[in-house]
Amino acid sequence: MSKIASAVLSIAAVAGLAAMSGCGSTTVRAAVKGDKDRKAAPDFMLKDADGKTVHLSDYKGKVVLLDFWATWCGPCKIEIPWFMEFEQQFKDKGFAVLGVSMDEDGWGAVKPYLERMKVNYRIVLGNDKVGDQYGGVDSLPTTFLIDRQGRIASMHVGLTGGKEDFKNDIANLLASSHASVHAPGSGVLAFFHRPN
Amino acid sequence: MFTLLAAASWHSSIAQTSPALSIAPPAPVTIKRGGEADLKLKAEVRPGFHVNSNAPADEFLIPLKLTWPKEPIEAEQISFPKPQFEKYAFSEKPVSVFSGNFEIVTRFKAPANAQPGSVPIAGKLRFQACNEKECLPPRTIDVRVTLNVQ
Repeated sequence: MSKIASAVLSIAAVAGLAAMSGCGSTTVRAAVKGDKDRKAAPDFMLKDADGKTVHLSDYKGKVVLLDFWATWCGPCKIEIPWFMEFEQQFKDKGFAVLGVSMDEDGWGAVKPYLERMKVNYRIVLGNDKVGDQYGGVDSLPTTFLIDRQGRIASMHVGLTGGKEDFKNDIANLLASSHASVHAPGSGVLAFFHRPN
Repeated sequence: MFTLLAAASWHSSIAQTSPALSIAPPAPVTIKRGGEADLKLKAEVRPGFHVNSNAPADEFLIPLKLTWPKEPIEAEQISFPKPQFEKYAFSEKPVSVFSGNFEIVTRFKAPANAQPGSVPIAGKLRFQACNEKECLPPRTIDVRVTLNVQ
């Protein structure tokens, strides 16, 4: 195949994928990837409801459930109580939930919602740049499970699977990565990919 | 390569289309100076999805909203159809939505001193779509219409 034909096909493939994503998204529940197939979760710097700066890398050594959501997203509302329960159940085992609100209207919209739902985990205000780092986040909820090494272990687009699926995945990640990760401060820590 | 260019051109020609909701290009509307005329916008929501109505019951939901510039010809009234009230797993009470095909009617009123001729007008339609499992970000699309003032 000539280089030109190859290039045209490559562009066509990208255009096709872009067109497919533009036509609306499909829910996806990816199984937890094998250890060797996981890629570094992009680091970010966002503000929480108290105005404090939060980096994903602050969570190094923990299993993190990273949830992209919004106040106007009905299906997200189903998952939030699950995540509150996980936060409560697993926080002492090296687990944390981090919600990334994609609300354009900012804290004015988000804070009343957090009060109504009595959310017990940390929320940061996201933006398109962070969404792009995570593949676009065109559909909400989009949730990533990140292992203790700071790698994306699984991705859920839309309300897929159920509470027990998430719970099992979290428990497995906590169990499987516990032995292989040194405690914070021991010299070998999770690494996060900081984008340029 | 021609196919790609043609595809790009085709996309730019459907500027009034978005992934979850599309608006059929409206025919020009004739309006007399000092008179009124109705514009019917035909909307179509992608199967399986809904958009919030213009008056969703929940304060956090984003309503369907159509806006027009105040000049040179004012939109006197915008009428939405009767919404459907659907119960979803995520809602404690039924949600006010539109799905499938529906019409939004705008009544324009031309000033008595309006200049005769073609008047292009661009409105904006803001919506937010979901299905049972996922929601798409809110979007605003341009709605263009020509008013023929006589």
